[in-house]
Amino acid sequence: MDEKVGVYVCHCGTNIAGTVDVEEVATWSGEQPNVAVARDYKFMCSSLGQELVEQDIKELGLTRVVVAACSPHMHEKTFRGACERAGLNPYLFEMANIREFDSWVTDDREAATHKAKSLIKGAIERVVHHQPLEPLPVEINPNTLVVGGGIAGISAALELADGGFHVYLVEREPSIGGHMAQLDKTFPTLDCSACILTPRMFDVGQHPNITLLSYSEVEKVDGYVGDFTATVRKKARYVNEELCTGCGICVEKCPQSVVDDVFEAGLGQRKVVYTPFPQAVPNYPVIDRENCIYFQRGKCKACEIFCPTEAIDFEQQDELIEIEVGCIILATGYDPFDARRIARYGYGQMANVFTSLEFERMVNAAGPTEGRIVLRDGETQPESIAIIHCVGSRDQNYNEYCSKVCCMYSLKFAHLVHERLPNAEVYNFYIDIRSAGKRYEEFYQRVLAEGANLIRGRAAEVTDVARLPDEEGKLIVQAEDTLIGQQRRIPVDMVVLSIGIQARHDATEVAQIFGLGCDFDGFFIERHPKLDPVFTMTEGISIVGTCQGPMDIPDSVAQGAAAAARVMSMITQGTVMMEPVRASINADQCSGCRICNNLCPYNAIVFHEDDEVSEVITALCQGCGSCVAACPSGAITGAHFTDEQLISQVVGVLWDVRQPELVPAEEG
Amino acid sequence: MSESFEPVIVGFLCNWCSYRAADLAGTARIHYAPNMRPIRVMCSARVEPQFVIKALREGADGVMIAGCHPGECHYVDGNIKALRRYELLKRMLRQWGVEEERVQLVWAAASEGIVLAAAVDRMTEELRALGPLRWGETVISGNGHEQALEEAPAAEEA
Ligand SMILES: Cc1cc2nc3c(=O)[nH]c(=O)nc-3n(C[C@H](O)[C@H](O)[C@H](O)COP(=O)(O)OP(=O)(O)OC[C@H]3O[C@@H](n4cnc5c(N)ncnc54)[C@H](O)[C@@H]3O)c2cc1C
Ligand code: FES
Repeated sequence: MDEKVGVYVCHCGTNIAGTVDVEEVATWSGEQPNVAVARDYKFMCSSLGQELVEQDIKELGLTRVVVAACSPHMHEKTFRGACERAGLNPYLFEMANIREFDSWVTDDREAATHKAKSLIKGAIERVVHHQPLEPLPVEINPNTLVVGGGIAGISAALELADGGFHVYLVEREPSIGGHMAQLDKTFPTLDCSACILTPRMFDVGQHPNITLLSYSEVEKVDGYVGDFTATVRKKARYVNEELCTGCGICVEKCPQSVVDDVFEAGLGQRKVVYTPFPQAVPNYPVIDRENCIYFQRGKCKACEIFCPTEAIDFEQQDELIEIEVGCIILATGYDPFDARRIARYGYGQMANVFTSLEFERMVNAAGPTEGRIVLRDGETQPESIAIIHCVGSRDQNYNEYCSKVCCMYSLKFAHLVHERLPNAEVYNFYIDIRSAGKRYEEFYQRVLAEGANLIRGRAAEVTDVARLPDEEGKLIVQAEDTLIGQQRRIPVDMVVLSIGIQARHDATEVAQIFGLGCDFDGFFIERHPKLDPVFTMTEGISIVGTCQGPMDIPDSVAQGAAAAARVMSMITQGTVMMEPVRASINADQCSGCRICNNLCPYNAIVFHEDDEVSEVITALCQGCGSCVAACPSGAITGAHFTDEQLISQVVGVLWDVRQPELVPAEEG
Repeated sequence: MSESFEPVIVGFLCNWCSYRAADLAGTARIHYAPNMRPIRVMCSARVEPQFVIKALREGADGVMIAGCHPGECHYVDGNIKALRRYELLKRMLRQWGVEEERVQLVWAAASEGIVLAAAVDRMTEELRALGPLRWGETVISGNGHEQALEEAPAAEEA
């Protein structure tokens, strides 16, 4: 094996050279077999550093390159580019990570220098076994699937559609809009939520480039970036969309009402045939089969009888639709924290404890109380209201993280109470006020000036057991006021629990359908927390809005637009280049055992019954190497991670401790 | 076991979580034992038992396999496959007299630089206490095998 390897040791200023003796490492590297040249240089990633590599490839005829510098996640692309420019296949390159893995994690100069040698030796031994590879070009289907029609999904869909690209928007509920449609005013500007949202919803409904599939869910996704096939279940609405005019007579005539746990957050009722709210998009109602008298007892059909266009269809079935797209944007949003989990706040036991979402519906003029702030009896105006921040958030027993929006909406509530009930007292129980955002702090100051009482301390409990005469018939909030260092009991008429944002209850299942990861809290994981917050590790799939983490409306909108821009850039390029890290099966070696067939998480391995051998469909393979490791016949090769390459690297990193040829000891 | 014994650990880190965790440990300047020599694989499921055995036979005192947390593998459930394989491998190593601590499976999310660093520190400590592996004596000459027989006859029957 005669390869000419060039080894380049980067100082990275003092980042590496401060801990690793780079000159010594370079000199030592130059003495290793197969190494034709070894140099150290201040900044290998600079254009001069890269030119050094290019020059040596051309002048010394290098056949392999090793750069010992930072993480390959940082600069592998950079140096592959340098190799390519000098006419060397970019995959004949290997990086040794002597910064993140070495100089930055120890102060021990001797140990760091020694470790650098080991990592470089591993890279040299590996790189001589590298094979030239070509990236795989994949064509991008210009259609995009957006899953979830909250404000984040709407924003992504409209950006793409306005850009001239077709979008399939799949929404689980009968209407798009998400949580924003439930809100009354939005902080800090106090815009009416519906007034700014419904025009956008309307645009989605009308857009020639958007196919809206509401009351639908994605059941299965096959394929890979550029060429996904999604199977969508369009649930039976029992209303023929072609015939329905959205007149609403069926809703009016339906004799059965149930509590609306979704849109009205449990505060109001809806009919069994319903549109969630008047501005729903699309505006066709659905029949809630579980509660429908006809479906349960076999008679009623009031809606059918009165429908002027004969649009009611009790025979309708779920439909399975296959759609083909190049990219997918997930915008499935959040679930509010379930306030019942914290029993000491009494939600569900004491009538006048409300959740913040209920309160949003209550203050909303289109909500069940027509905007009147009243107790559960529907009549009595409260004279005092306690708003408890951080319910379920910043709490080791529930969610450790901050939900980011609760402080601001709690302050918004204080303002709305002052506006509607000028004589009522408002007490906000907070841990810290988090008002980071444009004009957010100013809004906080404004609410303070309006006379809200802010009490710093986590509320310990809400009780209706009075100890003092003025507590009779009230709800008492007990908290330690940490600013004065005293326990306080504040009697109020109404308590609002500012519940946090959490991952959807089914986030893990959804993640599995799309091949994504979830973090500890259930939110989908982005590719990079800072530099790539909307793409995921699964090529072609982005996550936007609150399915990625708690955020407010402006951030959700921005993420939706950001993902759309990324997708448009992929579509306009036409193709993407994929890493050629793929498995392949040597048919001559394959014993036909089929062990690999079921191991593959992407169903990328097919079995040919006629020849009794398995084959990897390159386009589906993602390169994990599960099958390579499992094949008992050693018939599967994982390109760029072959057995030979990995074992050589193992042997390389152990250069200093390698055992002399082992001779079995005499039996004793 | 001499005081100056510094174990050598070969680490197989999956590209998506544990490699990034190690990157993060570096970026965050978390100091930990320099005894682990990492090798990148795309997924923990790529790690074959023969790589581990090869490393031990070539002079490593221990091998760490690091992957994403269960449920977070970039390739759905590669880490679960790694876990199954690891359990089998451990049984085999036990029969050869190789101590359990010498091969460890660790989960570290991309955000858990601290977890990975702590795992390396812990493993280094454990191996320092155990001393060098000496594959030649332990495995090849069969000493370890006999020792294992004496210590755990029940395991042999199973
Ligand atoms: C009480 C309260 C008050 C708030 N007030 C404000 C405020 O004043 N200002 C502000 O900026 N922010 C406020 N927020 C935050 C705001 O609600 C969110 O930032 C915003 O709604 C997030 O939008 P989204 O599109 O990410 O998610 P969502 O609104 O949750 O939308 C997600 C959509 O996806 C659909 N979906 C879910 N799963 C699937 C699936 N598997 N398939 C298909 N569809 C699916 C859902 O039905 C929903 O339509 C408030 C939050 C709360 C709880
Ligand atoms: S990618 Fe990390 S364990 Fe599979």
